[in-house]
Amino acid sequence: MDSHYEVEFTVRGDDFLAAGEASNQIKETLIMLGVPSAISRRASVITYEAEMNLVIHSGGGTLRAVITPEKLTIQATDRGPGIPDLHLAMREGFSTAPDRVREMGFGAGMGLPNIKRNSDNLEIESEVGKGTTLTATILFHEGPGDRR
Amino acid sequence: MKLKEIVSCIGAEILYGENLLDTVEIENAYASDLMSDVLAFAWPGTLLLTGLTNVQIVRTAQMMDIPAVVFVRGKRPQEEAVSLAKNVGMPLLVSSMSMYETCGLLYKAGLSPCIIPSREA
Ligand SMILES: Nc1ncnc2c1ncn2[C@@H]1O[C@H](COP(=O)(O)OP(=O)(O)O)[C@@H](O)[C@H]1O
Ligand SMILES: [Mg+2]
Repeated sequence: MDSHYEVEFTVRGDDFLAAGEASNQIKETLIMLGVPSAISRRASVITYEAEMNLVIHSGGGTLRAVITPEKLTIQATDRGPGIPDLHLAMREGFSTAPDRVREMGFGAGMGLPNIKRNSDNLEIESEVGKGTTLTATILFHEGPGDRR
Repeated sequence: MKLKEIVSCIGAEILYGENLLDTVEIENAYASDLMSDVLAFAWPGTLLLTGLTNVQIVRTAQMMDIPAVVFVRGKRPQEEAVSLAKNVGMPLLVSSMSMYETCGLLYKAGLSPCIIPSREA
């Protein structure tokens, strides 16, 4: 594996047809780089939930993956409305998603908890009116692969 | 269980993937109308049963290494869902029965559930 590999994708807000394309490209990149499937599966949950949050809640942003020999970093950045109460947003079942999004099977308020469960480290910086940056890390050499 | 046996067990209509029925092998099934649930609990290789019909269900399955999807209650997936499934080689089936009945038949035929891990307090 190269010592540093990076991919970045633009994710459009409210584009439910394309939603998931960036995550799938990242998944393919990880497979191409030979990342073990237990890790790429955790990464898939993180990227896909983060991408859906960009689509649903933020008006769009970027999804980035950085792979080094030690770790995989997934970052979702947007200049959307921000998250007023992060503690509340992390709670299972909390969601502000509108009904039309729920009808598509999203908006169960499980996204951020799912991301947390699959990350070795998760940081969310958010400012109301300015945007949100989510940074999730998976370590390659920490204990047994799948912590789910 | 081969996908072919699943098709005959529930009398499913094959929307796509006729030629894959003999190659796809399935041990478990998961049924849900919530994507995040699928992301949280479905094991890789699991058959997904759902009442949702949009393209995201195929996308979710693809992300989670789910090899095939059954749409219940005779609901037909949207065109975009079918074309994505064709692109990625994912068989799509339609069951005319309810979610409960479809799952019940498959359970009886020996398809195992994905065990939900016990939750921390
Ligand atoms: N990028 C974001 N920008 C603004 N708000 C967000 C963002 N991501 C998450 N949120 C807020 O956090 C809540 C919980 O997110 P999540 O756990 O993914 O559940 P869901 O997406 O199903 O609503 C969302 O309903 C929304 O209010
Ligand atoms: Mg979400």
